[in-house]
Amino acid sequence: MAVQVIIPTPLRQYTGKLDRIELEAEQAKTVGDALAGLTARYAELRRHLFTEDGKLRSFVNIYLNDEDIRYLQKDQTPLHDNDVLSIVPSIAGGLTEDLPLRCICH
Amino acid sequence: MQLTDHMPLLIAHDQLEAIRQHAAREYPSECCGVLLGLADGSAKRVREVVALRNLRHDAARAQEFLPLADPWQESERNRYLIDPGDLLKVEKDARQRGLEVLGYYHSHPDHPARPSEYDREYAWPWCSYVIINVAEGRPGDYASWVLASDRSRFEPEPIELTENHRPEKGEPKETRWLYR
Repeated sequence: MAVQVIIPTPLRQYTGKLDRIELEAEQAKTVGDALAGLTARYAELRRHLFTEDGKLRSFVNIYLNDEDIRYLQKDQTPLHDNDVLSIVPSIAGGLTEDLPLRCICH
Repeated sequence: MQLTDHMPLLIAHDQLEAIRQHAAREYPSECCGVLLGLADGSAKRVREVVALRNLRHDAARAQEFLPLADPWQESERNRYLIDPGDLLKVEKDARQRGLEVLGYYHSHPDHPARPSEYDREYAWPWCSYVIINVAEGRPGDYASWVLASDRSRFEPEPIELTENHRPEKGEPKETRWLYR
């Protein structure tokens, strides 16, 4: 009985190239527990997922099955056997700092 | 320099053309998409280009995921954001077919194909970041970049153009649009 965590390609270098990690359901009763368990096992993941004061980074998204935990109970969201947690990076960027002014006239 | 650490990105002519067309179509906004394929230790081979919508067109929803510092200066014209929900679907589908996310592409309308400080700030390690310049609506130079391991800068990644991949029976075409 376990919970699976899916690791995105950029973070697999910190999990020994594994693309999915199984956690015992007993040790992963909530999303927060699961992420704590994961980063305890793979310490290098920690700085990519959390800020120095322990908050989930703004460009890290966690999905429980197909739902964003932002819209559930965040890290308090309860987990059950066979649940799948996915770490999904926010992919963002844009051009140089020489920004064009936004046109607000129509 | 660790340039030798970077595997070349192998991309077919028609895949690159798909990116060029996507970039031109979205001009003057930024386009974005995902590169799926296989990495075998010596190269990253692109098998599919998946064109995605730039979530910055939906300013309110984008703001929930990754707030902009100055929404008056920043918009879909100079920022892109891939909807994490879209990316989850793409990743799931890729995994079922034995493919992985090799990286991402986006356009710089009327700006060079070089990563900005903003690009660096939000970049993830290992992934290829293909940037294409679009000058007055015409797709121009392109380049691929990888974040340095200490996150201090982007390093250029070699791109090799290959023959067009011929999908086997049952395999999807190289380019898919997840929005229209």
